[in-house]
Amino acid sequence: MNSTIVRLSTQALLGRRRGLVLALIPAVVIALAVVIRVLTEPGTGYEIVDAIGFTLALPLVALLASSAVLGPEIDDGSIVYLIAKPVPRRSVVLSKYVVAWLATLTLGALPLLVAGLVLDSSEPTQALAWALGGAVAGTTYTALFLALAALTRHAVVIGLLFVLLWEGLLGGLLSGIRWLAIGAWGQEIAASVSDAVKAPGTGLLYAVLAATVLTVGSVWFAGDRLRSFTLRGDE
Amino acid sequence: MATISLDAVSRWYGNVVAVNGITMSVGPGVTGLLGPNGAGKSTLIALMAGFLSPSAGTVTLDGATIWRNTEIYRTVGLVPEREISFGYLTGQQFVLANAELHGLPDPGAACQRALEVVEMVEPAARRIGTYSKGMRQRVKLASALVHDPSVLLLDEPFNGVDPRQRLHLMALLQRFGAEGRTVLFSSHILEEVEQVARQIEVVVSGRHAASGDFGEIRRLMTDRPVQYVVVSDDDRTLASALISEPSVVAVGLRPRGGVDVSVTDLGEFAHRLPRVARDARVRLVELTPTDESLESVFSYLVGR
Repeated sequence: MNSTIVRLSTQALLGRRRGLVLALIPAVVIALAVVIRVLTEPGTGYEIVDAIGFTLALPLVALLASSAVLGPEIDDGSIVYLIAKPVPRRSVVLSKYVVAWLATLTLGALPLLVAGLVLDSSEPTQALAWALGGAVAGTTYTALFLALAALTRHAVVIGLLFVLLWEGLLGGLLSGIRWLAIGAWGQEIAASVSDAVKAPGTGLLYAVLAATVLTVGSVWFAGDRLRSFTLRGDE
Repeated sequence: MATISLDAVSRWYGNVVAVNGITMSVGPGVTGLLGPNGAGKSTLIALMAGFLSPSAGTVTLDGATIWRNTEIYRTVGLVPEREISFGYLTGQQFVLANAELHGLPDPGAACQRALEVVEMVEPAARRIGTYSKGMRQRVKLASALVHDPSVLLLDEPFNGVDPRQRLHLMALLQRFGAEGRTVLFSSHILEEVEQVARQIEVVVSGRHAASGDFGEIRRLMTDRPVQYVVVSDDDRTLASALISEPSVVAVGLRPRGGVDVSVTDLGEFAHRLPRVARDARVRLVELTPTDESLESVFSYLVGR
């Protein structure tokens, strides 16, 4: 961990237009929850937390946050200024990961708790379950998308395809995808906390292990990519 | 005192060879890396700065491998050609961040000192996004100087910098060289390199074409055969008369009129041409040098 990298990454994350978009996503989720709560009975419309907050908003926040802390600097090569330093590259990546991870927890997982409580304050366990599952899934999403940003300049597109096509569309059609879907692992963990959440069926142990392995592996991989960062001239 | 050594270094991308078997050693003082665009100068600097792995050969700093070795940055300062895109930071914040990343005991003082060296104390409170090209270049230099490195690598530092700031930069580089630092900068302009560098390394098409102090390089470039086109009222007669001159090494007829002449001894040729023409009863219409461009100088050095 390096405090200077943390500070610069935070500025990069919040100081640009991306910061606004990032804050807009949870704002929409919570606003939807408030609107539905005002217009209907408590307990209805909980899909806001499940289908929108957890399945869509959370991975989007993770994708935006992790690509914002690393993507632009790698794309335009200006990361050279940060890594031509006697600072281990893995610590650079870890610092950037922590910034993106905290953003995902605050703007992706925490709003699940808020929206859940707004929709049905009589079921705090269910809201907490989604937030916990969201925290675990967000941790892994952030790591995976950071590795993508270190690997390719098309990280956002690939990340979107992963979320929308693989986990979203195909995950809904083919139940086997739960073994390779971060969202399903998070939901498994949420289900272990509250019976109101439907378990995808991978088992809690598998979900925790898979999320841990993918998180550690992705951050390690991103560090490795940065250790081999290559500056190509314009020629 | 620090020396960067390249030993039989090659770098290729697929089928494209960017650097081809280069062996050179860059020691204290100012060294100019001279070559036309696309010659592999940036590739070489990337290799020396640890931002490219050699496909073959070794790149070392005082014996230590540079690739994947972040410790070298305690000794090396790099000014990439790449723009700083940290436009949302002020110059001060940017240079200070660099000082902190170096783990300096007093980053604030180091930052101040570096800004003073490049004369950027005043504008350092403004955001980098508002800077001119020359100011950005100086902030980049400050960020590379902040840890007082004994090696300074600069990729095309004079590109797009206005004449006054260029002189300032040149004076700075000379000062660093005189202080015993190893300074290497790349450029495609001979005059620029001549003014600053003690040692010149010429790179063309990824190969090490020449090496020496600027006197040697000048001589190499002026001793080469020079090409002229002579237009006259009887090209064939003039050509046959010219080939018997010792200062002329080759003569060719141009399809649309004119004679291509390769000359080794310029002075002698200038002296003899009017006489040869008069004796052959040929009227000279035009005499034009054809290859004063640096590109042709380079291609001569490579073909040598």
